[in-house]
Amino acid sequence: MTTPLPPGIQLEKVDDRIMTLNVGPQHPGSGHMRLIIKVDGDYIVSCDPDPGYVHRGEEKMAEYRNYIQNIPHLERPVIHDSSNILYPYCLAVEELLGIEVPERAKYIRVIAAELNRCIYTLYWLAIYGIFLGHSTMFMWPAGDRELFIDLLEAMSGARVTHAYLVPGGVRNDLPANFEERCLRQVDYFEKRLKEYQAIFYKNPILISRTEGTGILSRTDAIRLGTTGSVLRASGVNYDIRKKEPYDVYENMDFETVVMKEGDSYARSYIPYLEMFESCRIIRDAIRKMPKSGSVRTKLKPNPKGGNDEVYKRVESGRGELGYYIVSNNRPEPYRVKISVGSFRNLICMPYLLKGELLGNMPSVYWGLNYWPVEADR
Amino acid sequence: MSTIAPQFRLSRFIASLFDIIFWVLLIFSLVGLPIVFIILFYIKMPIVNHQLLTPYLAMTWMADPSRTLPIIKTLLHTTFFHVVAFPGFGFAALLAAATIFVERKFLAKIQLRVGPLYCGKIEGILQLMGDGLKLISKEIIIPAKADKPIFWVGPLLFVGTAGAFVSLIPVAPGWVVANPNVGLLAVFATIGFFPIISVLSAWAANNKWTFIGGLRALHQMIAFEIPLILSLLSIVIMTGTLNLSQIVESQQHYWWIVFAPVSAIVFFICIIAELERVPFDLPEAESEIVAGWLTEFSGMMYGLIQLGTYLKLYAFAGLFTVLFLGGWNGPMVWPAFPADIVTQGITIGPITAKIAGLPLFDQDMLNGTLWFVIKTVGVILLILLPRGVFPRIRIDMLLHTGWYKLIGLSFINIFIALGLLYAGVLGPGGLIQ
Repeated sequence: MTTPLPPGIQLEKVDDRIMTLNVGPQHPGSGHMRLIIKVDGDYIVSCDPDPGYVHRGEEKMAEYRNYIQNIPHLERPVIHDSSNILYPYCLAVEELLGIEVPERAKYIRVIAAELNRCIYTLYWLAIYGIFLGHSTMFMWPAGDRELFIDLLEAMSGARVTHAYLVPGGVRNDLPANFEERCLRQVDYFEKRLKEYQAIFYKNPILISRTEGTGILSRTDAIRLGTTGSVLRASGVNYDIRKKEPYDVYENMDFETVVMKEGDSYARSYIPYLEMFESCRIIRDAIRKMPKSGSVRTKLKPNPKGGNDEVYKRVESGRGELGYYIVSNNRPEPYRVKISVGSFRNLICMPYLLKGELLGNMPSVYWGLNYWPVEADR
Repeated sequence: MSTIAPQFRLSRFIASLFDIIFWVLLIFSLVGLPIVFIILFYIKMPIVNHQLLTPYLAMTWMADPSRTLPIIKTLLHTTFFHVVAFPGFGFAALLAAATIFVERKFLAKIQLRVGPLYCGKIEGILQLMGDGLKLISKEIIIPAKADKPIFWVGPLLFVGTAGAFVSLIPVAPGWVVANPNVGLLAVFATIGFFPIISVLSAWAANNKWTFIGGLRALHQMIAFEIPLILSLLSIVIMTGTLNLSQIVESQQHYWWIVFAPVSAIVFFICIIAELERVPFDLPEAESEIVAGWLTEFSGMMYGLIQLGTYLKLYAFAGLFTVLFLGGWNGPMVWPAFPADIVTQGITIGPITAKIAGLPLFDQDMLNGTLWFVIKTVGVILLILLPRGVFPRIRIDMLLHTGWYKLIGLSFINIFIALGLLYAGVLGPGGLIQ
């Protein structure tokens, strides 16, 4: 090649043995992103995740809408975990505007958040199953997810994007007979979860495929700043619901699931075990919830925040999820910064995939509990 | 569940049958008959038995069983019929299609789905035909940098090789397309073609995913071909023949799975690996390498590969039946053909018709086919059902399984077979002559 290259661009020199694979964005196993993977035979030499294909400028959009108008579009990054992604926003706005939330609304929020966590985790588990070529594990969670979607539909009226949590409480009260129905479905779901274990988590092929692959040590997990299930799979007992309880999580009876192995299997097992804890929280919240009362504090029309800034975080299905909101005496926020767990977990991916077989790529990738749309915001 | 499956109703099914019959009759009388007469009008008719062969006369001959049955009977024993219809292609494709329908519904039941539902009147029974029709009507896209002749010929070779494999499987006594004395060697030779076709078409597509998939297919098939051949060696030692029909005849009293269970297990695992079925579907691992060596095939080229895969599936299941499950052997359950029909004819009301050429099939053949079909369908279902419970295996585990565990296991039964032979259990004067 004799033509001179444009300034600032240089040719990459690669070994003849190395083959570069573009996994994504048009690839059944990539999601809305690209992984630039270099392989030597079947071994991955390097991996360069390239997110950003679904960047929608949520943070910039939030600067042009007032605090209430921001609700529907801010849940778009993770539509199947919409209560959890709205939770820190509501907490932050309440602190900015100085709103008190009614006691019953706090419990309803916790129920909605845990139901939504189950919806998210089931969706994640379905994709994990099909990534490993287990078609039954795709169909079962996708089917059982409908139960929770029906519950949240009864609560909020929408099947996927609920916009149920609003600053000042929740949008509307629970329907009649909700508690009974919810408890019945949670009981059924726990039975189903045990069947998942029999067909998937105890499967010898799955265990031999994921155990000991993509090991993330405890120190590396902290150093790389991972959160959520990835952090807890590496033996760090860290859960915002316990460390920095918001709303009524301090009254709830549940435990943080921690595993020491730090491999793919542990990372896939932790979200599954957390669904049991979610069921416990839902039961507990329904028991302790005040049976009547207001669920929403009325806001003034077009409320203005003071000259203030606030950061609030919650534990979402993918880890720590935080909102940093700056206001400047206007009805719109001056700046909204969303800090998501997905993006933090993505950072450790090149370290995990180095030296692994290409066949381990799907399990390591999806075990990171990564949701591309959330990472791009 | 949000999907509500309509219940199967017999009344609706019968109504739909009448519906179909009505339309067939209508189209036949409005379109079919005029076309026949138009054609006959332009053809100079011959004179047979001193009378002009009018279309009317031809139709009466067609309706006369004593004239048509001998023609059909001779047709049944032509090579053309053997290849196209009964022990060959048509039978294999039909059996595979029926089994795949059952498998789809069964898998759907495991996975809390309803499966194919709307295509065809009952339970989506025409779904496979619909899929085939879709594939035929789709555009065939050839990659710009593909090696076009090899790329084109790959699917055809695949179907051809699968068809050659099908032709070696004996279905009923005397009903086999090709019956060479070295039948088992011919089977090995045919199986040996598949990895070559995979690698050729993968290389010709000039795509990274097909390349990796083709290499995976090559690794997998070679790793599993050796235990496959070794596991069948014990059968050859026990029977002393390579002819598949003679191997079936040797199992009239005991099936070889009784004496060679380890071989049967090893052979079964190798079948799944050779067919690239779950859990050994690495060459088509979707989440890793898109669709492996099939990535660039589109339209009917992909359809041909699928057809070849189904034929291969049938052939392997048939081979398992022939070698281990006694082939067509089984208790006589098919009722004998009533002999007085041949001598006295059929009496329906006032009419008695004597029909030459009956029966069309003998009892042995029908009974043998029945048992062969039952056993083969069972084996096919066993091959397909791991899809519901297993995830995909990894390449290093796969190669370890093939090269270490299965080769070691397949030697066990060779020693058992030799022991049985020298102990006199088998062979002249033994349990089995």
